Amino acid sequence: MKKLQEMLAANQYLILDGAMGTMLFAMGLEQGGAPELWNVAHPERIREVHRRYIEAGSQVILTNSFGGTRYRLKLHDLQDGVYELNKAAAANGRVAADSAPHPVLVAGSMGPTGELLEPLGSMTFAECRAAFAEQARGLADGGVDVFWIETMSHLDEVRAAVEGVRLVCSHPIAATLSFDTNGRTMMGVTAEQAITALREWKLAAVGANCGNNLPDTMAAIAAMRAVDPEMPLIAKANAGIPRWGSDGALEYDGTPEVMAGYAYHVHQMGAQLVGACCGSAPETIRAMTAALRGEIPTEHWVMPGGGGGGTAVNRERERRRKR
Amino acid sequence: MSDEEEIILAELSREELYELMHEDLYDGYAAEIEAEVHEALSRGYTPYDILTGGLVAGMDIVGIDFRDGILFVPEVLMAAKAMKAGMAILRPLLAETGAPRIGKMVIGTVKGDIHDIGKNLVGMMMEGAGFEVIDLGINNSVDNYLGAIKEHEPDILGMSALLTTTMPYMRVVIQALKDEGMRQDIIVLVGGAPLNEAFAEDIEADAYCRDAAVAVETAKKFMKIKQER
Repeated sequence: MKKLQEMLAANQYLILDGAMGTMLFAMGLEQGGAPELWNVAHPERIREVHRRYIEAGSQVILTNSFGGTRYRLKLHDLQDGVYELNKAAAANGRVAADSAPHPVLVAGSMGPTGELLEPLGSMTFAECRAAFAEQARGLADGGVDVFWIETMSHLDEVRAAVEGVRLVCSHPIAATLSFDTNGRTMMGVTAEQAITALREWKLAAVGANCGNNLPDTMAAIAAMRAVDPEMPLIAKANAGIPRWGSDGALEYDGTPEVMAGYAYHVHQMGAQLVGACCGSAPETIRAMTAALRGEIPTEHWVMPGGGGGGTAVNRERERRRKR
Repeated sequence: MSDEEEIILAELSREELYELMHEDLYDGYAAEIEAEVHEALSRGYTPYDILTGGLVAGMDIVGIDFRDGILFVPEVLMAAKAMKAGMAILRPLLAETGAPRIGKMVIGTVKGDIHDIGKNLVGMMMEGAGFEVIDLGINNSVDNYLGAIKEHEPDILGMSALLTTTMPYMRVVIQALKDEGMRQDIIVLVGGAPLNEAFAEDIEADAYCRDAAVAVETAKKFMKIKQER
């Protein structure tokens, strides 16, 4: 059952998938609608997204279950469907992976609850852990190979998710945080702090996803690699930054060419699992796959540039008088 | 607890007491803030003086360090909670004494959008700055916004959107305010990850606020203009 470790041992890199939400909106999901509901309402569309990413080169696909905890589903009045929707999400991934022309792992996506843990908010650690355990049970029964905790900003919530998964299943766990605030997560976690904590929890892979821009994600990977020379690292950045196009629509500036350059460079920096997040599409993954396979001449690779919040501010706040 | 010397509140000067409040807000110590507010009241300082000199001035420091990337969301939330503990004591007294109102804000995420962490943070920072905040939550229709504005008569309307497809709804709300003849009476601030200044200008909001600290600064600036008018 340790397929992830086997594949990591056998491959220099594993290609992840790209955005799910972006694809679903293009297929007609309404804004404010629950993507997870489509696992049962339109399973063929979800499988189609998976199939297109696999065709583009993905060796790991993430299930359509990012908002699958009861806290997120409650916003759509779907809190009673946690098990069913997550099981269906995993099953949809399973169908796509099992009919793929190359080995594909199904990773059970688990995103933040959107609630704040005590004492910042009202959610207790036990409630948070139970919510992730509930989601993990559905994903496990639907047949995922690995659990994929992503877009996190608070280490305690990651720990609650890890513990929740382990209450129900012994599959490997990967976890990524979103470094979107001056090189840190929204909650102020640096990449160094993240890998230092996550390696203690015996995860199979850790890394950065989503974020603000490509340089910040790459800086996070470099920082993690400096702390730990062994841990398999994950880079799953957004397709650049959303900008206003000439037609007044918002578009991401990370073209397939830019993302191909990012894939090559971030792999060179030590990321073994490489994919894309918001704003990406199968053609993004196809270009990234070609770059990693060495099918695109290197002199044309564009090093993704600028626009970022830069690196983490390491100035510690002056600790004030304690009482 | 600590091996540092104990602080006797009664022995502090006004400046020292307020400085201690600033430090305790910074560290998010709610119980200490309550004790210091009571101490200040017992000395006969006016509720308005305690609010502005102690609490709001302290939250200003928190806001600056948040803006500069020294403090992050957890510290700011704890500071806001400590501020709230102090405000709970002061609010009824401020009303009784007819102290100048800092301002009132109605805030909510627009229709079709269920994201609320950023919006909540703005709400808390605004309360931290002494504003009264009415939070409409997520997924708000034009009717929700207009109803709340008519009921609460706020100085400021804050709208948030995290999605590129929900942000255009802000324009719909602003148009409705114009149609109802209410636009000139309210300051409209907008924010959210995909927004920018050009968008805010285009939909004729008063300002785009990049983060919660900027929202507070902007709100204060507009309130000053409004009060001088």
